[in-house]
Amino acid sequence: MANTSSTTDVKVLGAWPSPFVIRVRIALNIKSVKYEFLEETFGSKSQLLLQSNPVHKKIPVFIHGGKPIAESLIIVQYIDEVWSSGPSILPSDPYDRAIARFWAAYVDDKFFPPLRLIKSAQGEEKAALVKQVTEGLDLLEEAFQKSSKGKAFFGGDRIGYLDIAFGSTLGWLRATENMGEVKLLDGAKTPGLVLWAESFCADGAVKGLIPETEKLVEFAKLLAARMKGGAPPKQ
Amino acid sequence: MANSSCSDVKVLGAWPSPFVMRVRIALNIKSVKYEFLEETIGSKSQLLLQSNPVYKKIPVLIHGGKSISESLIIVQYIDEVWSSGPSILPSDPYDRAIERFWAAYVDDKFFPSMQLINTAQGEEKAAKVEQVTEGLVLLEEAFQKSSKGKAFFGGDRIGFLDIALGPMLGWLRAIDKMGGVKLLDEVKTPGLVQWVESFCADGAVKGVIPDIEKLLEILEKMKGN
Repeated sequence: MANTSSTTDVKVLGAWPSPFVIRVRIALNIKSVKYEFLEETFGSKSQLLLQSNPVHKKIPVFIHGGKPIAESLIIVQYIDEVWSSGPSILPSDPYDRAIARFWAAYVDDKFFPPLRLIKSAQGEEKAALVKQVTEGLDLLEEAFQKSSKGKAFFGGDRIGYLDIAFGSTLGWLRATENMGEVKLLDGAKTPGLVLWAESFCADGAVKGLIPETEKLVEFAKLLAARMKGGAPPKQ
Repeated sequence: MANSSCSDVKVLGAWPSPFVMRVRIALNIKSVKYEFLEETIGSKSQLLLQSNPVYKKIPVLIHGGKSISESLIIVQYIDEVWSSGPSILPSDPYDRAIERFWAAYVDDKFFPSMQLINTAQGEEKAAKVEQVTEGLVLLEEAFQKSSKGKAFFGGDRIGFLDIALGPMLGWLRAIDKMGGVKLLDEVKTPGLVQWVESFCADGAVKGVIPDIEKLLEILEKMKGN
C-alpha cells in the first residue's frame, strides 16, 4: 500500500547516467515513494549488486523489504502494482497497456541500442545508425499521435509507462546530437515528440533526473578513455 | 468478456514457432475460441504485413480488429482481457516480477543460445551446448524456488513462466532425442525434466506442441538443408 515505509525499506542500486536507472526513480517519484539511492562506483560492481542481480550483474536493481528485482521495465511495473493507490503508471485498458508495452520494448530492442553507438561511430557505419534512429523516431512520433490523443504525454494528461521508457533516453539523445554533430530530434519531422520531450523533462517527477548534456558528454569521454586502455577492467 | 465469436479472435502464426505456441496455450487456458491463420513458410501475408508493420513477425493476435504483437505482451493482454478465466500471471507483485524476469531471460539469453544447436558441429557445437546447459541450470534453480514443490512454475496450474519456457523446452526435448547431445539432464536439472513432461501433457498444451515424432521430422528436414 502507500503506507509510509521507512527509507531503508526501499533501495535503488544505480548510477546517475543510466536511463534504465532513471526510469525507476521517475516511477518512484510518481508514487511519492522515498528511497535510498545507492550509487555504484563507475568501473566496479559492488558486492550488493553482484548478490542482488547475480544473473545479469547490472543496474538498476530495486530492493524492497530485502527482496531484489532487476530489469528496469519489470521494476517499473512492480512499482505500479505495489503502490497501487498512487497515480497509475500503466493505462487501465488492456489494449492500451499492450501498445505501451510494445513501444517500450521497441525502445529497448531497436531504438536505444543504435543510439548509444552513434557517438563513437564514423562514416558509413555512423550514417546507418543515424538512419535507424531517425526512422525509429518517425515510428515513435506516429505512436505518440495515436497514444496521446492530443494530450501532452503518451499516457495522456499525466506521464505514463511509455513516457518513462522513452523519456529516460532523452539525456543521451541530446548528448549524442552534441557529440555526433547530428540532428536527431527534428521539429520539422517529429513535432509532437519535440514538444513532448520538453514537457517530459519539465515534469515534477522527472526534474533533476535527466542529466545535463555537458555532464553526459564529459562522462562519455571518460568512458571512451577507459576503453582505449586505461585501468584494466575490475571484477 | 468471455463470449466472443470465433472470428473475433484471430491468431496469425505458424505451428512450429514456440512464440506462436505461447499465444495458443494462453487462449486455451482461458477457453477462448480463435481462428488460426497459418502463414506459409517463406512468405508473409498481406494481413501480417498490415497488422505488424514494425516487425513483420508472427505471432500477431487480432482481437475485434485490433492487432497486438510480441508473444509475451500478447499473453499478458489475454490474461487481462479474459480476466474471469484462470489467471496466467500470479497475483503477488513480487512473484509477477520474478516470472517476468525469467520470461525475459528466456527471450533475451536462453532462446538465442538454443539457435542452430542441432546443425552446429565440433567446437562451435560444444560451446553452444555449454551455454544452453548453464541456462538450464539457472532455470532449474528458478523452478525450484518458484514451484515450491508443485508441478509448475505457477504452482498447481500452468502460469506465465511455464508458457514462456514450455514451448522452448518442448523443442529441446526433441533435439535431445536426435542424439549426440543430452541437454535436458535428469541429474543436473531433475525438476525441469519432470516439468517439461507435465507441461506437454497439460490439457491447454496438448495439440499445440505436436508429438515428439512430428518435431523430429522437422528437425531432420532442417538438418538436411
